[in-house]
Amino acid sequence: MTTLDRTPTSTPTQARPRRTWVGVLVAVLLVVLGLASLFVGVSDVSPSSVLTGGRDGDAAFLLVASRIPRTVAVLLAGASLGIAGLIMQMLVRNKFVEPGTTGVSEFATLGMLVTMIFLPGLAVVGKMAVAAVFGLVGTWVFLRVVRVVPVRQLVLVPLVGIMLGGVVGAVTTFFAYRLDLLQSLGQWSQGSFATIMQGRYEFLWIAGLMVVVAWVAADRFSVVGLGEEFATNLGLDYRRVVAVGMVVIAVITAAVLVTAGMIPFLGLVVPNVVSLIIGDNVRRSIPRVAGIGAVFVLACDLVARLVRFPYEIPLGVVVGIVGAALFLWLLLRRRSRAH
Amino acid sequence: MIALENVTKRYGGQTVVDDVSITFGGEGVTALIGPNGAGKSTLFGLVGRLLQPDAGRIAVDGMAVATTPSHELARNLAVLRQDNHVAARLTVHDLVEFGRFPHSRGRLTVHDREHIERAIGYLDLDAYRDRFLDELSGGQRQRAFIAMVLAQDTKYVLLDEPLNNLDLRHMTEIMRLIRRMADELGKRVVVVLHDINVAATYADRIVAMRDGVVVADAAAREIMRPDVLAAVYDTPVDVREIDGRPVALYYG
Repeated sequence: MTTLDRTPTSTPTQARPRRTWVGVLVAVLLVVLGLASLFVGVSDVSPSSVLTGGRDGDAAFLLVASRIPRTVAVLLAGASLGIAGLIMQMLVRNKFVEPGTTGVSEFATLGMLVTMIFLPGLAVVGKMAVAAVFGLVGTWVFLRVVRVVPVRQLVLVPLVGIMLGGVVGAVTTFFAYRLDLLQSLGQWSQGSFATIMQGRYEFLWIAGLMVVVAWVAADRFSVVGLGEEFATNLGLDYRRVVAVGMVVIAVITAAVLVTAGMIPFLGLVVPNVVSLIIGDNVRRSIPRVAGIGAVFVLACDLVARLVRFPYEIPLGVVVGIVGAALFLWLLLRRRSRAH
Repeated sequence: MIALENVTKRYGGQTVVDDVSITFGGEGVTALIGPNGAGKSTLFGLVGRLLQPDAGRIAVDGMAVATTPSHELARNLAVLRQDNHVAARLTVHDLVEFGRFPHSRGRLTVHDREHIERAIGYLDLDAYRDRFLDELSGGQRQRAFIAMVLAQDTKYVLLDEPLNNLDLRHMTEIMRLIRRMADELGKRVVVVLHDINVAATYADRIVAMRDGVVVADAAAREIMRPDVLAAVYDTPVDVREIDGRPVALYYG
């Protein structure tokens, strides 16, 4: 091809390393931590006890009824929360948003409270649906409010979201207090997989399904991340893609909330780490975000189970500490790049 | 042809584009000039279906912009707005690849990849294809955006102030490129420019807007007259002939 008559301004870069080691590392960690998760616990469940039947022959039963469901739930929650954060960051074009910093989680919790007050007998799937609808409303409200905040106000956008979440959370707490439901509320505000058993986690597969939806529409989310003007120029129905993204975010938030409770920072930290390594092309990010998100929650859940063995501490505490540290690092790092 | 018929756009009580009827696409390069707030960007927004007109009709090669499916228009018309701020960390190659979206809808064919390679080569971006956009200089980034528009492979290309924040060398580089796109690839480029000397040098036709109406529309040489330019910009402009080319002097 012809070239412009100009001298090169800088040395040509070498092609960026493919970063395949990230994928390999994540896969290895997934397998190792996944197996560890199956065999860590108060009861003796080990590969040999499963094969020999173990004491009373209940090792295999425990594995199927409790350990496998817990491990699968952790994997699904970690992967899907990472994706919810990633999609939200593309829709808002801001790296510091996720369901927990935009009021979506708080809206979904309010939805849970509403079902407790008005429809106490509702099946879990119904509760999840109500929570998802509230989460959807929350996403919509946030996108509406944020529209008046300039895109480049990097930190203002999540601040507005946190304030919004604070207001909704206060309303929820007020009614829960008045109706003596604070204790039940606490059960969701701090995520934990301690009570996960067969029959109590299957809704997370719906969150997993949302990950698949996000993957199928990955290129559309990338284009939407360029902004409405680019998306329209490329012939994309901007509003429709945003609507699909909102559903993905709300359903994932609700499904995780109903089964495990709130898991903070994950949706924020994981996509940011992936973005640093390979950039923001959603098609490339999705498998890595899902993988690292799953590893992150799996590791935190193992720590939560082991730190006061044989007792457990809430997963939310572990994730909060690790996530907050990572978040601070990301914030300070970004500032040093003079963005 | 891009045909606008009695197009009007109001913001609140203010009329930004006032009953404009004009066609673009007969010439290779058309420059759209005029003072700030003349309605140039709004006009691009209307043609690029980012804004809905309050009155009038716009058609691209006979397809009404208001009713034609967006992805169909995207194969015939590309609009690059000014001041593109992309927050996402994307590589040059990613960006150019997205330019194929109207054709590929996400599934790239061999044909799509050829277009991507050609666009990257044409803009001389081979060495930078794996760089992230925020690692590029202003001139390189602008070339990357134009490569994306080129990969979109449309007959009509609308560029809104592509020279913003570029130094002299990159400015002339981009303008020569636009000229080549018209001459070699048969594109019909409409470009919003602020420097009238640049417009006069590279454009076949100059359209001048002021207060939402087209006040002058002619070959470059005919626009480069003191009386015309003074009327457009509401400021005295001297025009001298240097080496057979009209040059506007508006400093001092």
